[in-house]
Amino acid sequence: MVPFLDVIRRSFLTAVTGSFTGIENYKMIFHNQAFLLAAKNTVSFAAVCLPLLIIISLFIAVLLSRMKQVQFLKSAYLFPMAVPAATVVLIWKMLFHKQGILNALLIKFGGTPIDFMGSNMAFWVLVISYIWKNLGYTVILWLAGILSISESILEAARVDGASERVCFWKIILPNLKPTLYTITVLSFLNSFKVFREAYLVAGSYPHESMYLLQHLFNNWFLNLELDKMAAAAVFLAIVLTGFILLLQFLWDERERDEKPEKIRKKG
Amino acid sequence: MFSFHFSKKKYNNIARGILLGSIGSIICLPVYLLFIGSFKGLAELKENLMPILTEAGGMAEFGLFPQYPTFLNYLELFFDKPDFYVVFFNSMKIVFITLAGQLLAGVPAAWAFARFRFLGKQVLFTFYIILMMMPFQVTMLSNYLVLNNMGLINTNWSIILPGIFSTFPVFLIYRSFSGIPKGLLEAARIDGAGEWQLFIRIGLPLGSTGILSAFVLGFLEYFSLIEQPLAFLKDKDLWPLSLYLPEIGLEEAGYAFAASVVALIPAVFVFLLGQDYLEKGIVASAMKE
Repeated sequence: MVPFLDVIRRSFLTAVTGSFTGIENYKMIFHNQAFLLAAKNTVSFAAVCLPLLIIISLFIAVLLSRMKQVQFLKSAYLFPMAVPAATVVLIWKMLFHKQGILNALLIKFGGTPIDFMGSNMAFWVLVISYIWKNLGYTVILWLAGILSISESILEAARVDGASERVCFWKIILPNLKPTLYTITVLSFLNSFKVFREAYLVAGSYPHESMYLLQHLFNNWFLNLELDKMAAAAVFLAIVLTGFILLLQFLWDERERDEKPEKIRKKG
Repeated sequence: MFSFHFSKKKYNNIARGILLGSIGSIICLPVYLLFIGSFKGLAELKENLMPILTEAGGMAEFGLFPQYPTFLNYLELFFDKPDFYVVFFNSMKIVFITLAGQLLAGVPAAWAFARFRFLGKQVLFTFYIILMMMPFQVTMLSNYLVLNNMGLINTNWSIILPGIFSTFPVFLIYRSFSGIPKGLLEAARIDGAGEWQLFIRIGLPLGSTGILSAFVLGFLEYFSLIEQPLAFLKDKDLWPLSLYLPEIGLEEAGYAFAASVVALIPAVFVFLLGQDYLEKGIVASAMKE
């Protein structure tokens, strides 16, 4: 942790002479086109990915929770987590190339080919890679949340004539709020790791729709622009800590509200 | 009426199974393509991928089965590519030294967190969690400055050392230690067990789930690191697999496919053996204090 204090100190100094410049570095990054672009992309990436991931995985988890033999399916969904980004880069390049397999299929079915990596579609390629990679553990978390809801309550509701749909909206979903917070935090933080796929497929300077803060940090690092890096690192740390604490605060508040009628099983 | 209800339920179940099964297949498809590609002959791969390589006309295609299955790509990999052994060994070295170090540093730290009350414990713990959650980009510069001072940049230790002291395994193992009933520990203490004995005889066996979860998650994480080696390693002969593989490129498609499959094997092995612990680890890492 001490080293990070040094970074905070550096964020107020110039890179070359080391003299004190106050908040100049911070001003600089906020006037930096690359930083603004990367920050915008990173935020919109999270804003698109998180809801998509959360809804798709909840859907799958609910279906899974109603099946008996799920071990094999769970393995299939979790599998990408074990697959290092580097080993499937080949396949990504093959699939998403202008003259690649997806476009070949598109043409076969009468569509027009899309320049996936050279247009705004690059952003969506990234979204797909992210969901591919993170779907498994999100499903596992939802499933754990669903299975922790006591069966007797669902049984009682069913006896009272509640349909599966009512059970889902009135019992299962409200009880999954704590899971939702965890998933949001974890998935958000994992969204930074999508840099791996992005970098390996498209290099240091990809299409501008997928130029993320992670690219920027990496490029600043290679160019030894440490003053900007320090300021941006401090800024990012503050934003993320704020985000985590905010979610935690919301979460605690919900828990306090809901304690009296808490019906989740212990453990 | 009853039979109608039954058949509808059954129908639903089959529909669900088909839907979930096809999503699962799509998810596994990229790895399947990789696997198949590694058995395709060079001529077939060239033909399949020509449009991508030359950007001339036409579209790439990729049959779901090799026309003439062959082991030649693997033979080339094993007998013709000494580089591959070097990088493979680099990856293994990084993973296993990091994990061993995490075990030595993390398990006692987790035990201390779970067992002892001390001043500022809560603050320290919150701090730990926030630190754990920060992406690499936030700590990149501070790591670099420290490692540079220690003269470790451009050595494998620049990856291993920060890994050893990462907070995630401590947190995960702490979870399973704090699940040990207090009464059990007190009973053992009354029977004359010292702290060391408590740790070895009760802590380690009962906390083994957490330790193994940390191992599985750690293996998958350190086996596929990109950001750290990219920033801290300059010499290509120090690179791990995760940086080396993408360099091969489609020009040497046969080699690239075979190398990717071989690189995948350790990860798949750990995944299959440790899936239970992986799932437990995921759930435990998400639980709130």
